[in-house]
Amino acid sequence: MLLLILKRIGLGLITLFIVSLITFVGVEVLPGDACTTYLEREAYGAALDACIKRLGLDVPAYERYLDWASNVVRGDFGYSLSGEMPINEVLGPRVKNSLVLASVSILIGIPLAIVLGIITALWRDKLPDIMISTITIFSMTIPEFISATLLILIVAIWLGWLPGIVIIPSDATFYELLSNIILPVVAISMIMTAHMARMVRSSVIQVMASDYVQMAILKGVPYWKMVFRHVLPNALLPAINVVALTIAWLLGGVVVTEVVFNYPGLGRLVIESISNRDLPVVQALAIILASIYVGINLIADLMTLMLNPRLKSLQIRK
Amino acid sequence: MNEIIESVKNLSIGFNSQKGKQISILRNVSTNIKKGETVGIVGESGSGKSTLALAMMGYIKQGLFPLKGECLFKSEDLLKMSSRQLEKIRGRKIAMIPQNAGQALTPNLKIGYQIDEALKLHTDLNKRERDKKISELLNKVRLPSPETMAFRYPHELSGGQQQRVAVAMALAGKPDLLLLDEPTTGLDVTTQAHVLELLRFIAKDTGTSMIYVSHDLGAIAQVSDRIVVMYAGEIVLEGPARKILKEPIHPYTYGLLKSIPKLSLSGLPASMPGSQPQPGSINEGCSFYDRCNLATDNCKKNSPDLEHIKELDTNVRCFNYKELINQNNNLQTSITKKSNNGEGNEILKLKDVSISYAKQKFFDQLLNKISDQNPTVKDINIDIKKGETIALVGESGSGKSTILKSIAGLLKTKDGQIKFENDRILSSNLKMRNPNDLRAIQLIFQNPDESLNPNHTVEQILSQPLKLYFNLSGEELKKNIIDLLKKVRLGEFYMSRYPRQLSGGEKQRVAVARAFAAKPDIILCDEVTSALDVSVQAAVLNLLQQLKEDLGTTYVFVSHDLAVVRAISDRVAVLYQGRLCEIGPSQNVYKFPSHPYTEVLLGAVLEPDPDIKPKLVAEDIVEEKPPEKGCSFQGRCPRKIGDICNSEVPPWQIGENGNAIRCHINIEELASLQQ
Ligand SMILES: Nc1ncnc2c1ncn2[C@@H]1O[C@H](COP(=O)(O)OP(=O)(O)OP(=O)(O)O)[C@@H](O)[C@H]1O
Ligand code: SF4
Ligand code: SF4
Ligand SMILES: [Mg+2]
Repeated sequence: MLLLILKRIGLGLITLFIVSLITFVGVEVLPGDACTTYLEREAYGAALDACIKRLGLDVPAYERYLDWASNVVRGDFGYSLSGEMPINEVLGPRVKNSLVLASVSILIGIPLAIVLGIITALWRDKLPDIMISTITIFSMTIPEFISATLLILIVAIWLGWLPGIVIIPSDATFYELLSNIILPVVAISMIMTAHMARMVRSSVIQVMASDYVQMAILKGVPYWKMVFRHVLPNALLPAINVVALTIAWLLGGVVVTEVVFNYPGLGRLVIESISNRDLPVVQALAIILASIYVGINLIADLMTLMLNPRLKSLQIRK
Repeated sequence: MNEIIESVKNLSIGFNSQKGKQISILRNVSTNIKKGETVGIVGESGSGKSTLALAMMGYIKQGLFPLKGECLFKSEDLLKMSSRQLEKIRGRKIAMIPQNAGQALTPNLKIGYQIDEALKLHTDLNKRERDKKISELLNKVRLPSPETMAFRYPHELSGGQQQRVAVAMALAGKPDLLLLDEPTTGLDVTTQAHVLELLRFIAKDTGTSMIYVSHDLGAIAQVSDRIVVMYAGEIVLEGPARKILKEPIHPYTYGLLKSIPKLSLSGLPASMPGSQPQPGSINEGCSFYDRCNLATDNCKKNSPDLEHIKELDTNVRCFNYKELINQNNNLQTSITKKSNNGEGNEILKLKDVSISYAKQKFFDQLLNKISDQNPTVKDINIDIKKGETIALVGESGSGKSTILKSIAGLLKTKDGQIKFENDRILSSNLKMRNPNDLRAIQLIFQNPDESLNPNHTVEQILSQPLKLYFNLSGEELKKNIIDLLKKVRLGEFYMSRYPRQLSGGEKQRVAVARAFAAKPDIILCDEVTSALDVSVQAAVLNLLQQLKEDLGTTYVFVSHDLAVVRAISDRVAVLYQGRLCEIGPSQNVYKFPSHPYTEVLLGAVLEPDPDIKPKLVAEDIVEEKPPEKGCSFQGRCPRKIGDICNSEVPPWQIGENGNAIRCHINIEELASLQQ
């Protein structure tokens, strides 16, 4: 078991290493370097030389990689080009903002999705299922930018209950954040909850039709006891991985929502730094997002392993 | 003994078809279960026996609903009870033992918990008493070390052990009535015999009534006092077990019994034509009309009622049953087949073949070798003659399919050679074989549902090999397809059908036709009849035999069913844990002296005859790996003679009637021991 965990961690580290290589090489082989891309038309003479010097582009590529990589390992991503401030300072508030948005969405969305999924499965084809399923399918099919825009239109503009656009000072307290993020959270949760609820529903339905559930009924196990002991543990196990992917997506990928609401999270930073050709920041983001994916998937796999008796005893026996 | 505990009255159950029509799958079923009695419900797949059994617990599968009638348990109608009331009866008064215990035990809960759950629900015992009771129950179903067993998860037990746990769980509530739906189907022959023995013991010991549902008359014969025969949702015959099995007076039951291959007979069983009608397609007349050789015009127009015949204590649904009274000596006959007794050249030779599933280590992979000292299959030497049917038998895990796969080139051999025609070595890698060798060896699988592409019509399925191997097209292709269909007795109109529009037997015929399309020299048959009902199985066996006699094909026939093997094969090889135990002409393998393992297998065969009880000579423990040295059967051998069996590989001995046995016991001594 321990060996397995170590193995998985090792694999994750290797993945990260490869990602870092790819982004680094990608930046290297692009025509021009960080300075020419950044300075654009002014890329000549003294300005270019100064930039090259400042970024250390005059040393060989592998040396620069080693240098960069060893700094990253120590948690230092170097300097951004545009703001010319340490990338850590650029990233810090963004990571925090993204974390807040993600954790609030998760805290609301995932339990809601599980409850809705279970309700729709247990009352399959009855009124609760038909109602909830219609809504979930509806919110799954509307693209994010439309639902987000509609939310702004209705809640912010027509009703005027909440601000339509998020304006957060970089030192905003958690409370200030909270009132600002209600709309983005709703927009994100709609899609995420819908997807997950559908998944939980089909998983529960599948388990409900299994022989062992039929057996539990025929054994005389009361309905709710059967649901909680025989159905849910087996039905929710496959959901762990989906939850993990959703969390990873929330932390790095809610670009559209962040743009529509002007939310200063990681997703928007990706867009901004790409359009500013700020290559060091792009590199840093690639590494951070890759670590999030690797880390969360690792945790999910380990949890599945712990909770599934089949896998668990397989491991022990080996 | 005469108190009735459950009574089904005029029960019909059905569903609404997509066109909104009401279709019944159980029609007007009535029967009574008496206290302490074991009733066997038998019928082909789809005859409605599970639906009936579940209804007797007040359980109707999703999508179905009762149309008419009642299920009275102690004169209360289960079908009218609320789920609250049913919870009080299920498990406590009526308990169920499911078909596949492996799937019926909840995977995330320990065995002990699942039994405890039943105890908590149905008894007033406290924690300590319950723990004691769990041990007692596990002991009663003869599971080894009950104390540790309770802490295991279902997947940590073998199939037979899981089935025992299910029995223990059902007994927890001390039910008055036990329902068993195919409780031994899918278990190994020896395990099956052990579980049945256990059930008989429990019925006698506790006085519980049992309803035993199965398609297998052999299993039913071992446990039942009374038998109910179902056909297309109706009861067609009902009476005392011995009467039904020995003097069946309904044409369907009669045909069913004749289509079961028997150990004592060497020929092929007679087959019944046709197949059971689909629910909803029965309009008027007797539902067995299409397949019945006693049918008259009357049968086509009127449907017979279930008639009670007092002197035989039997209910029968047939106008012409009288013609079958005193016909029973015909049951013990079979169709003689032309057998191949060793003429012809050798077409396929397996020489010292070993096969390993062990994962290759990295370095071995580089050197392209397999380093497993204890491979799954080891030292197989078999020479197969042209036109012969050789059978490989053994329990699950004996390596039968593994050997087939490597002959087919799907699995690499570790050692040894496979030689085809004139001693030419066949590569064990499919990609290295030449197209003609690929054509010459064809495979038919156990489950036609998995081997036929559901999105292709029969025409497309059959045209693939014809195009691939013979480059046929247009009219000629079509003519060949029709020829093939004719060979397997299917009409031309089947060409446009999809697999889902075929019955199990028809599907397997299409699979046979596809194999023959390549005009192969050798056909490898992997459990080709195990998924089929007996009447269909007999038809497929007869078809295979006919094709072989016409075309001179060689079969390598893998099966776990010794009676089927006896019926079809010329020569038999018995395998245990991937090692050969015995090989010889089939009539000799079924005679003593036998290898101790063959003896165990033969003893465990269930015959559809209440007077032939299986002999349980060996434990049904499962071994996960073959032993490293000595005899492969040492772990279970009832005749083991001592250390020599553990340390030395036994020698081959040739008996006087030509079968070779691999055992340390002298063959004459074996013969006298087995008298
Ligand atoms: N939920 C359902 N909806 C519609 N038809 C069904 C349903 N369940 C079963 N059937 C049909 O009812 C008939 C009887 O089914 P049942 O399961 O009782 O057969 P069985 O005799 O137990 O067969 P087997 O030996 O394969 O277990 C079959 O034709 C089957 O296709
Ligand atoms: S009633 Fe007629 S068709 Fe039906 S089983 Fe009897 S003889 Fe055959
Ligand atoms: S060699 Fe020994 S263990 Fe093997 S079958 Fe013979 S007697 Fe049994
Ligand atoms: Mg069934």
